Amino acid sequence: MQKLTDVKPGKKVIIKQISGGFGIKNRFESLNIREGKEIQVVASGPFRGPLVLNIDGCKVAVGRGMAAKISVEDVDENSSNG
Amino acid sequence: MKILLMGNPNVGKSVVFSRLTGVNVMASNYPGTTVGYTKGSLKIGKNTLEIIDVPGTYSLTPSCRAEEVARDMFLNENPDLIINVIDATNLERNLYLTLQILEQGIPTIIVMNMWDVAKRRGIHINIEKLEDALKTVVIPSVAVTGEGIIQVVDSITHFLDNKNKFKPSFKKMQDNERWAFIGTILTNLQKIEHRHPSILERLEDASVNPISGFLIAIFVIFVTLQVVVGLGELLIDYILDPIYFDYYGPFITNVVGSIFPDGFINEILIGTGYEYTESFGLLTTGVYVIFAVVLPFILTFYFMLGLLEDFGYLPRLAVLIDSIMHKLGLHGYSIIPVILGFGCNVPAVLSTRILEGKREKFIAAAIIALSVPCMAQTAVIIGLLGRYGIQYIAIVYGTLFLLFVSLGFILNKLLKGESPEIFLEIPPYRIPHFKTLLKKTWIRVKGFLIEAIPFVSVGILLINILYIIGFMDALTNFLAPIISTLLGLPKDAVGALLLGFLRKDIATAMLAPLNLTANQLVVASTVLAVSFPCIATFVVLLKELGVKDLLKIVSLMIILAITVGTILNIVLGVLS
Repeated sequence: MQKLTDVKPGKKVIIKQISGGFGIKNRFESLNIREGKEIQVVASGPFRGPLVLNIDGCKVAVGRGMAAKISVEDVDENSSNG
Repeated sequence: MKILLMGNPNVGKSVVFSRLTGVNVMASNYPGTTVGYTKGSLKIGKNTLEIIDVPGTYSLTPSCRAEEVARDMFLNENPDLIINVIDATNLERNLYLTLQILEQGIPTIIVMNMWDVAKRRGIHINIEKLEDALKTVVIPSVAVTGEGIIQVVDSITHFLDNKNKFKPSFKKMQDNERWAFIGTILTNLQKIEHRHPSILERLEDASVNPISGFLIAIFVIFVTLQVVVGLGELLIDYILDPIYFDYYGPFITNVVGSIFPDGFINEILIGTGYEYTESFGLLTTGVYVIFAVVLPFILTFYFMLGLLEDFGYLPRLAVLIDSIMHKLGLHGYSIIPVILGFGCNVPAVLSTRILEGKREKFIAAAIIALSVPCMAQTAVIIGLLGRYGIQYIAIVYGTLFLLFVSLGFILNKLLKGESPEIFLEIPPYRIPHFKTLLKKTWIRVKGFLIEAIPFVSVGILLINILYIIGFMDALTNFLAPIISTLLGLPKDAVGALLLGFLRKDIATAMLAPLNLTANQLVVASTVLAVSFPCIATFVVLLKELGVKDLLKIVSLMIILAITVGTILNIVLGVLS
């Protein structure tokens, strides 16, 4: 497991865990960012700028602090998009 | 009978609303265009239905003011019917809100918008199966072209005949149950073909990449400025100035002169004559300032703004400058209110609702009211200072920019709390629909005219009357020491500075007859830009922030306007 903020742009990963309270989980969830979901990091802003994620073709900008709450794993061939 | 139009941000609710009601509302390609709500009505047979365009929300658990508005309306307005607009290209996420709505048991019609884009992207959705799963009607649509709207009206008619027709029966679900439910229906009825990314899609990613994104941003800003200023000036030089000086001016002078040969009324309507743009007649300078000085820039600005909005560029700019904006106590998305502020501060202050926190809203509103001059004022500044050279315009805007940055920096340090992080959906690039773009430009230009004409007229009338009864002289003498010693301006400038409270464009135009030097014009324009918001902005600030915060902003303004003006006066004096 690694933090989402350590993932290189272009890479696809699966969300394993979102730490934090109900509020933050809820906000992520309403944009379809949730445990078990496959996402791609599109870009990572300089000077601690936000990450841009691709979730099923929908792009979402997430601040670095928030993104650090997401732990991910590299996509492995057998896992399905969920 | 009440119908609420609900859905995720940026799925086209406002376009569907315009199609159904004929009421023109602003639609853009970014989340949060609708921050308040608009009501319209639709007549079917003998029934008049009230339709409300609700701000977009991702769920019924709100995370910003606009989403709160949406939830409260859903819970408190007792709607008879919900029209849930969803985005066909992003079914999974959109259905989350749909399920939350259906669980409440209110009759619901689902409009699946962006059907054309989904087809182009190779997304196949089995509508019948989706209807079975959601136990209500699903209508594919392309709202910008009007496809599917007739079917929506038909469904509403069916509903009028049988109120239980689209009544859902879902039990309340937990979050994970909802996602599982959505997952199951999607595997059954949605097929996605793999397509290579189009040029637009590649451009999307290049725009948020730190290096190429920066270059693209510079290019976009450069082109925008060129078009707004360049095209605006062309319109003035080749169309509006000739019309005013060759046809309108002589005509109106003759007409008024033949009815009121001289005296008070002639004085107010014509002033010292149309040849002088500083004559301050209601029908000469008043008309000239609105139509030949300000209107051309308003037109070009709103056209370019609409183009960038509909294309979907602005949220990407927000991502690029996010880390800088954090230093100012804001996050990247606040660039949208700021950019709107360059058009008019009123919609800009309203749009601070897309920001989450109270602190952020205050900082954004303060920065906009103090350091972002509206297009009406910019137009007059260009007109007044342009003839002395672009460097003077640059001094005004450079000063305002410095104020923008330092004010944000200081407020960020002074106010407790932290600015929340950016968390925002970035819309896909879309080729703007030209007719919609023109219509939107027109709505905004019309808005400007409706507001400008009465205020400018009242302003000119008021200033003439105040001068005639001698009130202005008394006030001028009273304030003269501040104006002349600190700001280095002649005491006649008091009138202009005070009129700034009514409208900034006409106030700045009042500087013209004072024979100021270029430096004095720079000081006066800057002070006008920083000081009191115009009355319309004042009212929305009061509505959005409350009395206490408004008073804070107003005190900041008075102090900073005098300070900045004094410093500019000293610095410019030393330099020359």
